[in-house]
Amino acid sequence: MNELTRPQSLVGQSVERVEDASLLKGRGRYIDDLPTRRDTAYAAFLRSPHAHAEIRAIDTDKAKAHLGVYAVLTGEDVASLTNSLVVGVKADVECWPMARDRARYVGEPVVLVVAESRYIAEDALDLVEVTYETLPPVMDPRAALADDAPVLHPSLGTNLINERSFRYGDPEAAFEAAAHRISITTAYPRNSCTPIETYGVIAEYDPGEDAYDVTANFQGPFSIHAVLSRALKVPGNRMRLRTPPDSGGSFGVKQGVFPYVVLIAIAARVADRPVKWIEDRLEHLTASVSATNRVTTLEAAVEPDGRITALSWDQIEDCGAHLRAPEPATLYRMHGNMTGAYAIDNVAIRNRVVLTNKTPTGLNRGFGGPQIYFPLERLVHKIADELGLDRLDVIRKNLVPSDAFPYRTATGALLDSGDYEAALDRAVTKGGLGELMARRDAARAEGRLYGIGLTAAVEPSVSNMGYITTVLTPEARAKAGPKNGAQAVATVGIDPLGSVTVKVASVPQGQGHRTVLAQVVADRLGLPLSAVRVNTELDTNRDAWSIASGNYASRFAPAVAGTARLAADRLRGRLATIAAAQLNVTADNVDFADGKVFDRGNPDNSVSFARVAAASHWAPGTVPEGTGQTIRETVFWTPDELTAPTAEDGINSSLCHGFIFDFCGVEIDRDTGVARIDRYVTMHDCGTILHPGMVDGQVRGGFAQAVGAALYEEYAYGADGSFLTGTLADYLIPTVMETPEPVILHFESPSPFTPLGAKGVGEGNCMSTPACIANAIADATGVEDLTLPLSPSKISALIHGDEKPSARPKNDAKPLKAREGERALSGEGSAEVSATREDIWAMLLDPKTLEAIIPGAHKVEKISDTHFRADVTLGVGPVKGRYRADIELSDMVEPEAVTLSGGTEGALGSGRGQGRITLTATENGTCVSYSYEAGIGGKVASIGGRLLDGAARVVIGQFFQSLARYAGRGKAAEAPSTGVLARLKSLLGRRA
Amino acid sequence: MSRLNAHEKKTVTFKLNGLPVRADAESRMLLSDFIRHEIGLTGTHVGCEHGVCGACTIQVDGAPARACLMLAVQAEGADIRTVEALSPGEGRLSTLQAAFKRHHGLQCGFCTPGILMSLDALISARPDAGRDEVRDHLSGHLCRCTGYVTIVEAALSALDEIRREVKSNV
Repeated sequence: MNELTRPQSLVGQSVERVEDASLLKGRGRYIDDLPTRRDTAYAAFLRSPHAHAEIRAIDTDKAKAHLGVYAVLTGEDVASLTNSLVVGVKADVECWPMARDRARYVGEPVVLVVAESRYIAEDALDLVEVTYETLPPVMDPRAALADDAPVLHPSLGTNLINERSFRYGDPEAAFEAAAHRISITTAYPRNSCTPIETYGVIAEYDPGEDAYDVTANFQGPFSIHAVLSRALKVPGNRMRLRTPPDSGGSFGVKQGVFPYVVLIAIAARVADRPVKWIEDRLEHLTASVSATNRVTTLEAAVEPDGRITALSWDQIEDCGAHLRAPEPATLYRMHGNMTGAYAIDNVAIRNRVVLTNKTPTGLNRGFGGPQIYFPLERLVHKIADELGLDRLDVIRKNLVPSDAFPYRTATGALLDSGDYEAALDRAVTKGGLGELMARRDAARAEGRLYGIGLTAAVEPSVSNMGYITTVLTPEARAKAGPKNGAQAVATVGIDPLGSVTVKVASVPQGQGHRTVLAQVVADRLGLPLSAVRVNTELDTNRDAWSIASGNYASRFAPAVAGTARLAADRLRGRLATIAAAQLNVTADNVDFADGKVFDRGNPDNSVSFARVAAASHWAPGTVPEGTGQTIRETVFWTPDELTAPTAEDGINSSLCHGFIFDFCGVEIDRDTGVARIDRYVTMHDCGTILHPGMVDGQVRGGFAQAVGAALYEEYAYGADGSFLTGTLADYLIPTVMETPEPVILHFESPSPFTPLGAKGVGEGNCMSTPACIANAIADATGVEDLTLPLSPSKISALIHGDEKPSARPKNDAKPLKAREGERALSGEGSAEVSATREDIWAMLLDPKTLEAIIPGAHKVEKISDTHFRADVTLGVGPVKGRYRADIELSDMVEPEAVTLSGGTEGALGSGRGQGRITLTATENGTCVSYSYEAGIGGKVASIGGRLLDGAARVVIGQFFQSLARYAGRGKAAEAPSTGVLARLKSLLGRRA
Repeated sequence: MSRLNAHEKKTVTFKLNGLPVRADAESRMLLSDFIRHEIGLTGTHVGCEHGVCGACTIQVDGAPARACLMLAVQAEGADIRTVEALSPGEGRLSTLQAAFKRHHGLQCGFCTPGILMSLDALISARPDAGRDEVRDHLSGHLCRCTGYVTIVEAALSALDEIRREVKSNV
């Protein structure tokens, strides 16, 4: 079981993928590539610029009247045709896919426009006017629990939507008896695996049958289909959900497309035509879905030798503004694995789920694992350090012993197989931990900052569909009836010419399912790879599927591929019976190879596979009685081990458990704070390996995403709730330059619970690597309190202290009045204008003049002598949008000085500001001096953050340029226009 | 400066994968949308529409360019190549494409067309390119599936093969 042995079969070989030829030629069929009906319309969303606001009014009249617009829907319109999305816990709260009376996160859909093209739909969004009344937001999960915290859902009365406490063994006694109690508190950040292809939905509605037909790049689990049908108020058979042939990555994220399935389906119904929506990147980053952020306090009871006897978990899970299905699954997916790779008998857990003004959360590679292993593995590192023990030794001492498998963890998981100690030892030897230690010593001797991190983890795969019911009390579960299992399904069919088709409900997004299934089935039927064709598109009206269908929880290799083998085996058994009659042998002597079915004792006695296979089609009368057909076989498989939670809250949350042991060396640049991964070794035991190339591909891909999570990626929010990382220039995904090549090692302990012995492997490094890198950085810096992502600025602060404020003197600068969290801007300047102060004064009070000189102004209305309202279009960086600005004049000293203050509101965000204009008479006219301060929030802050200061300066500069030009136009008419421009340029002095 | 109306269509004529094309485009239409939805060649993928991810990379007059950062009208008179131009014929893959297949240089394949177009341009311009140069060129592309290792291997393998072919032809 240790060294890999490869039989002469397709399984176990890194065959070239059957998917690749078309993908490499640009012939993939992703959702945006699919043909659509000629009358298809396109949707676009107006989204909330505020993290928390009452929606007072929505005026859609102008948008509805816009040429090419077919429908404009508000949250109320959608609600009138749907039910609220089902919420997974018992709580008095609704979950709508589009805001109704209140917006609860930046990017929440508020208005949906359906138009002839996406371009026109977006034009029409500019014409929608929404009146918001902002409310204080709550962004931090701890703050959300405070008594005086703003409450997101008044019906709930609190932001704490669920709380449960668990107790396994006797944690109190263990802590009482322990020599040491060591704890750690961590705040795991928000991040996401952000597939390069965004969400897409194409929907139709047939009023004749009251049926929806939706194609979406949804990835499962198809338990969500039930949520969709209920929301759309149709039986499941009238909610046809299909997936495209190709999907551009998901990593869990595309589970979160489902609220848009409801919205686009309703849009198609209202617009009475097919509607298509492709999410853009800003929408994706702001409002698709995110992994949960979690605040954890973890305490361990520890013996003097480092043995951990008990763990006490206190977890505060932040699920964002709504608890969307299947949340709070992120918190419970690991519930059986709260002791990681360790044998710890006593566990206490307090789980709280809170709502904050952030995007609702959902599936994301690693799903709950990163949030568990970061505190657990940081704590194990800390235990060794505090007790003066060897870190590797503390890990080894606590591992589940080799002779203990299958091993039931304290919280209920049944660890199927493994030899953690042997795998760890092999990693240490083959991966060269000793050599790495020597590198660290040498680096430190030179005064460099170098650290080594270690991490052990158990990687669960094939989720028990019943684990989420652990969130209910045992009484509530008893009342609702037990939930358990995970139905996998595969169909193998043989056509009249004897070629084989495999159909599964696995919905891959690039994992090569078609190749592996062809390997598995071809092996069983003795066929070449090319004789088997695999279809992985799913159509809920036509194909075999169940709630566990889809691509998540690393279930493909252990569950789906195994089920395909079971289906192939059934056909093989019947084919053997048919062949036995033709070959005059008994069925147990029949074998399959090279496209032939033959007598094992005399291989020359053979018949072609096609001939045997064709019998059921062409001559069913020749099939021996009782054999059954060999045309098509569908197998559903759910493992017995996936039982419902026990009355004591024990839960086998997953079927398979791989083992990972990682170590790495990280060097920190003392000057820049950049962490460079010098060497990374990752040992995986994922059971039987079906395709080594793909396994390593999964490991490398997960590792790269984990490097991002450890060092670069965070969905960052301002304290006002504005979203600050709305472009891929702000949300930093590692490129090839930031992604080192890990050393991958394998150990194979086949799972006794899966048909092929395989376990999942896709998510492990997302769980282990962030903790491993952080442990190395802790080792390098001596700092224990680490929060991801460990960006250069954060690491610099750890080693040098916080950045000191600039020493640059500021001339009598007034304190900025931007609200906390808003992006604050300020500036000043002056311009020389060839007009008298009185003329300029009059111009500043005249709406017609203002209309001419305010950059981008369409219309300026005078509401009162000191109140103006302007409609303006402004662009900052990649965003351009229409705003409504209210300007008030105050502190007026005619004709010397005036203060302009105001606010602006638009689809792209909001701003408030104040400026003082002073007019001083000069020889040639008037010197106009100005100073301003402003705060900007909303979309414009998320995507144009880096450009705002410059853009504001340009816009304000343009205003005064125009003022100068307008004031001097009498004279300007005398000079050639280029001369005027040049003169104005020289006149405009800026001292920002 | 003449002011363009958003809805006014202009006729755009350029060469696409060796063939002349002519179609009408609003002046504001992105070249990526034009190639995908007006002409119907969907191999060029759109991942971010702000020039960072690189999925939409095409070749304009031989040089790699982001199709999402160009307007369709800017393509007037240009010679444009997309991923659909790379294969030497039906059922065949180019040396670079075959290397990707051999080295598992792709998983979901969504970023792949852009990467192929960048590397194809690199191979033409710098057939002697080594690992550092390949990595430098790939740094303009985001891939979320592979961790890049097999992409670099595929590119180096293709370069190596092409250099050997050139040598044997001399």
